[in-house]
Amino acid sequence: MEFLASLMPLPLAVHAPAIIVVTPLLMAAIAALMPNGRLGWVVTLVSTVFTGLLALSLIVDVQSAGVIFYAMGGWAPPAGIEFRIDALNAVLLLVIAALGLLSVIYALPSVADEIAEGRQALFYSAFLVCFAGLVGVAITGDAFNMFVFLEISSISTYVMVGMGADKDRRALTAAYNYLVLGTIGATFFVIGVGFLYMATGTLNMAGMASRLPDLSDSRVVQAAFAFIIVGLGLKAAMFPLHLWLPNAYAYAPNFVTSFLATTATKVAFYTLVRFLFDVFWPEAPFVAISFFWVFAILGIIGMVVASVQAVFQDDARRLLAFSSVAQVGYMMLGLGIGTAAGVSAGMLHLVNHAMMKGALFMALGAFAVRFGIRRISDLNGFGQTMPLTSAAFTIAGLSLIGVPMTVGFWSKWYLGVAALENGWWWAVAALILSSLIALAYIGRMLAAIWMAEPPHDKTGGIAHARAPWLMLGPLWVLAIANIWFFFQPDFLISLTNAAAEAAFSGVTR
Amino acid sequence: MSWTPEIALIAALVIPLTGGLFVGLLGKYPNLREGATLTAAVLLAVNVAYLVSVTGERPELIYEIGSTGLSFGLKLEPLGALFAAVASGLWIVNSIYSIGYMRGNKETHQTRFFFFFTIAIAGAMGVALASNLLTMFLFYEALTLSTYPLVAHKGDAKARRGAAIYLSILLGTSIGLFLPAIIATQFIAGSTDFTVGGLLNGQASPLVASVLLVLFAFGIGKAALMPVHPWLPNAMVAPTPVSALLHAVAVVKAGVFSILKVSTYIFGPELIQAAPASNWLAWIAAISIVLASIIAMSSNNLKRRLAFSTVSQLSYVTLGAMIAAPLALLGAALQIVMHAWGKITLFMCAGAIYTASKKTEISDMRGLGRLMPWTFGAFAVGAFAIIGLPPFGGMWPKLFLMMGAASTGQLALIGALILSSILNVAYLLPIPGRGFFDPAPKEGLKQPGPLLVVLPPVITAAGVTILFFLIGPLTEFLAPVFGVEL
Repeated sequence: MEFLASLMPLPLAVHAPAIIVVTPLLMAAIAALMPNGRLGWVVTLVSTVFTGLLALSLIVDVQSAGVIFYAMGGWAPPAGIEFRIDALNAVLLLVIAALGLLSVIYALPSVADEIAEGRQALFYSAFLVCFAGLVGVAITGDAFNMFVFLEISSISTYVMVGMGADKDRRALTAAYNYLVLGTIGATFFVIGVGFLYMATGTLNMAGMASRLPDLSDSRVVQAAFAFIIVGLGLKAAMFPLHLWLPNAYAYAPNFVTSFLATTATKVAFYTLVRFLFDVFWPEAPFVAISFFWVFAILGIIGMVVASVQAVFQDDARRLLAFSSVAQVGYMMLGLGIGTAAGVSAGMLHLVNHAMMKGALFMALGAFAVRFGIRRISDLNGFGQTMPLTSAAFTIAGLSLIGVPMTVGFWSKWYLGVAALENGWWWAVAALILSSLIALAYIGRMLAAIWMAEPPHDKTGGIAHARAPWLMLGPLWVLAIANIWFFFQPDFLISLTNAAAEAAFSGVTR
Repeated sequence: MSWTPEIALIAALVIPLTGGLFVGLLGKYPNLREGATLTAAVLLAVNVAYLVSVTGERPELIYEIGSTGLSFGLKLEPLGALFAAVASGLWIVNSIYSIGYMRGNKETHQTRFFFFFTIAIAGAMGVALASNLLTMFLFYEALTLSTYPLVAHKGDAKARRGAAIYLSILLGTSIGLFLPAIIATQFIAGSTDFTVGGLLNGQASPLVASVLLVLFAFGIGKAALMPVHPWLPNAMVAPTPVSALLHAVAVVKAGVFSILKVSTYIFGPELIQAAPASNWLAWIAAISIVLASIIAMSSNNLKRRLAFSTVSQLSYVTLGAMIAAPLALLGAALQIVMHAWGKITLFMCAGAIYTASKKTEISDMRGLGRLMPWTFGAFAVGAFAIIGLPPFGGMWPKLFLMMGAASTGQLALIGALILSSILNVAYLLPIPGRGFFDPAPKEGLKQPGPLLVVLPPVITAAGVTILFFLIGPLTEFLAPVFGVEL
């Protein structure tokens, strides 16, 4: 990695934080001008590869330098916008860059199948805008700028979800629903940021952080905290603010679902961590109380209730969407534990969940591209029909349950250890209960795939199909990552431990 | 490169897995496929025999998973070696029997059957040789999952329902109770390694140990302690060779073996005796023993009767582990061996009767012994062994268990053991008795069953008799584990 990063020309390396956001934005305009979807895809691929390399160099820099500050346009904060990358958002950058790249590789056959030919280039353009927005949220050090990037990514997401209408008209209502709730979330967030600006006179997060401790009795600050939590909770699909998510995931194009599930809610979760620990500070009475009464409690309720809801779903992607809500609950629980170990476990689950859910949704997309499946009963006998895809689905499914030999085990292990260190044995009980329910809903799908008889065609034979290599490649990369990082967990764990440490050490210089 | 104990440890897993691979590849050539099964079985038995001979060296292989403090590992110690020897030895006999049974009954999907069989054996070997709880848990689950297709083999609604109960109870208890107990152990002791004298001994208070003990006792659902036993009778929808090897040997014995290993090496006898829960669990085991025997008595289906008999007999091991006196633990370990040989004999006889006559109900088997003397003779020997009569191996564990109970003053438990033996007589002996002494059925039989089906139970019946005389070396082998003074 160091070697790759050292190949970067100096001006590029110096301005990497700006270029990494600007490139996909500019390329989005170019992608929109492309005459067909295939060229649009090439533009998208080139820009995600390029941003991926930049992200890599930034991550390597962060590991050696600690924190990178970058003043946008040379305007120093507090007047200008500051980008700020430390060990915490480096993890996010890694997830967005890696999953973005894998999703884009996967996109070509999936998008060709699901989006009308004339709109494919525009679709890729929307994706690049969304991608730029997510990267921007992850690396910005300015609260208002964060809102802007959040909206850039959200609005393009509404468009992409709505484009599922080419296959299923219900995507339109899902997108509209998402738009309404997403906008409410954004509004709450920006109101909170406005209050903070009122109280502190700055929009720079580090600046806020240095002034807020003197204002802990201020009603304005407390109200700001409440607004921000609700707003970001909506974006992160924290139970019970998750109502937009199941339909959006179920009816969006498959590629969009696998990209969103692995990145969008993750970024929102990151912003929560950033605000709780770095803008506000964990010792503040109103923050300390929220750890238990908001995040731990809602996290646990979400873990159990959303899992139970998942069991009763008929639509395969809706099932996984409810499971995603439950998984957000795990991350919230880690956050709610409120210790470095808890945050580290939450971040670890963030990365791991990106790997497993990405693979699961990609596999469903691969099934869909060949056989147009939607419901769980449509999965009958896919173990024989599409064995390669089914095997990858199985690995990721086991990882979601948390079976040893898959990376999901570490998520639950470290969450459990962090909870026990707090004396929260009941949280461990909830973890296990939720894992058992996960076993039930994943088991339902696996039973359909491996145990049920496949439908026979007219000649009495079983249809055989292989997903396109462009889909199988990313899918298997993720499936193998799920196993690989079980046996070699040190890389991820040191990454997330550093992230938690960075969260606790705050954003001040 | 010479054959070292470490290589042999790995080979104990690799041999059955490779065998499974060949079974899968050779699916189109039944004779070669069965050749692969038998070759793997013989190689494994030789390998395990070698392992038994080097048990004294305590070879081990550990893989540390990064810096997480968890590890996977294999380690040889006498209890594990004994279980591995029983499972691999009986696998040979059972393979021969399976071939005869599956062909004799013209079962479908035979490749799948033999494939998962080998995987299940690999799982059993892993359970036997695991060096810590995490590794054991992993192989325990692998064993559950690989036997699921075997239980559901027939694929009809009844088989599916039975298999679903099988899977849900075993997975549910193991994830819901066993795994939390492992996590708690890791949290308290900082490791899950099997340690001589007990990992938790001195680290956990008797109260905490009680909670953990209950979690382990019910979490290891394969030990079929009531009330988590219903998976076992439901698993009887499987073809009889599966019932024979997996539900008399590999699966259920993996359960009680795990209980024994956990109580010996995780808790240690001292801590178990100090924990109040061990007394209650001993009583639950005693109640399981008697209650399951009564249910067995009321069952007319032969396999169901044997299944409940198994539930009853498995609790002997749990009972011994909970009494935790040296002699009781020795009795528990011996029960694993003796019951395996006795019960596999009975199951294989049940399958032989079914193959020859298609009869499954005990009331229909009157006089059949006259037509199938070898089968019913073997059944009688197996029954004697289960009851605990000399000169059959089954006598020793009961003797040691009673002596163990006497040494800790739990005399009431001795009463339960005696009552159970009487019930054993009542539900097992009438079958060969009626078989031999009632008049033969008029319709007769074409033939007393294929040789490959009749021979294996006769072999194991002989084995049960030989084991009676092997008690000296066996105790000597196990004595260091339990500190028994002979």
